[in-house]
Amino acid sequence: MTWKEYFTSSIGKKFVMALTGISLILFLIVHSTVNGMIFFNDNGETFNFYAHFLSHNWLMRLAELGLFVGLILHIIQGLMLWAQNNAKRPVKYAVNPGNATSAWYSRSMGLLGSLLLIFLVVHLSHFWWGTKVSLYASGHEGHNLYEEMKNAFQIPWVVVVYLLGVIALCWHLIHGFSSAFQTLGINSPKYNPIIKTLGIAYSLIVCLAFAMMPLAFYFGWIS
Amino acid sequence: MEHKEINLNLKVWRQKNAQDSGHFETYKAENISTEMSFLEMFDVLNEKLINEGQDPIAFDHDCREGICGMCSMHINGRAHGPWEGTTTCQLHMRAFTDGQTVTVEPWRAKAFPVLKDLVVDRSAFDRIQQAGGYVSVNTGNAQDGNALPIDKAMADASFDAAMCIGCGACVAACKNSSAMLFTSAKVSQYALLPQGQAERKTRVLNMVAQMDKEGFGACTNTGACEAECPKQISLSNIARLNREYLNAQMSL
Repeated sequence: MTWKEYFTSSIGKKFVMALTGISLILFLIVHSTVNGMIFFNDNGETFNFYAHFLSHNWLMRLAELGLFVGLILHIIQGLMLWAQNNAKRPVKYAVNPGNATSAWYSRSMGLLGSLLLIFLVVHLSHFWWGTKVSLYASGHEGHNLYEEMKNAFQIPWVVVVYLLGVIALCWHLIHGFSSAFQTLGINSPKYNPIIKTLGIAYSLIVCLAFAMMPLAFYFGWIS
Repeated sequence: MEHKEINLNLKVWRQKNAQDSGHFETYKAENISTEMSFLEMFDVLNEKLINEGQDPIAFDHDCREGICGMCSMHINGRAHGPWEGTTTCQLHMRAFTDGQTVTVEPWRAKAFPVLKDLVVDRSAFDRIQQAGGYVSVNTGNAQDGNALPIDKAMADASFDAAMCIGCGACVAACKNSSAMLFTSAKVSQYALLPQGQAERKTRVLNMVAQMDKEGFGACTNTGACEAECPKQISLSNIARLNREYLNAQMSL
């Protein structure tokens, strides 16, 4: 079988979703850890140090490129799968089982992912774009990401959008984490409880950490 | 068990033929014994319709003992009705209450076109099976039980997969109309046994290719198929299918 046949088969498409999904899961560990540095409450000194390191280290820049490739693949493949799968049932059922046979979030990955995509546009335009512009314009002269965060999270609608984004992310991850392992063929009574528990714990910890950030700035828990 | 007679309001999908767009029609099923099966309830109703000179409701059925996989009905939003691990013929009327409205639809999937009323064409499953779901060596007479050593756990897992009756409930229950549970069961039952090794890799490639060609969707691991399967085929078979497919891709 050629690579093209593999990657255009129903299983191959899911394989791409699982691999890119796991790379995004790994990225979120780095992202939440580095951003968590704001909770040192040292006026962003530690956080800015690591932010500066990430945007100036060539290995990290290369990883960022890989991240974007993975992200775009995940988005395009996800949307295409959603449309293709939807077309496989032209006449819908009059009565649906609801949550009796499956969890609502496992059926709503396309919707949750689309909400995340909208959030991502807002999020990148807030922080990523500004950082890149200052990097290439002035080599980060006078750029303070911590201050930018602080300012952005004074605006109520921004805080609300971020909280909604984090909630969508949490449900997306709870299904996505274990689903990725199943797609890669990792399913055995020995591993299943570990994967399931780890997936829920990971989703809750990462999303709680992200949710705390806008809240902490808005309510002035950190100075 | 308490014997009762109940009356039901049935909303049944009627469709003249594959070209007709179809519609729901309402029927009253009266004096239905709770000890009847769901199909027997339809027999009673059809008897009445025939006596009144109307066209009886077409539905698929064969063995009526839960092993042929013909009785494809989507009842109140559930494949084979509300009971777990049950085919429609084994669903008894005590699952319903007096005066209840019951909606009966055919399997809905592009790959399972409706032929008439509740009858769908499931020959796509036959073609997936024909693409590789067999062992093409001359096996001769049955060997002595101990001549071919097979690990007990493997034999059990293979048998569990071979329980699949090809009824199509997995496709009907899946939001993507995916046939992965069916195909994975058929691939697994051979992949786990020594007899299946010779064609192990070509089998999975050909069967998945046929599955995609028939117009079934891709799996999103919601688990609805496993929940609705009358033979309770495990999702672990789909993981095995993914492994087998990747392994075949990497080595062929």
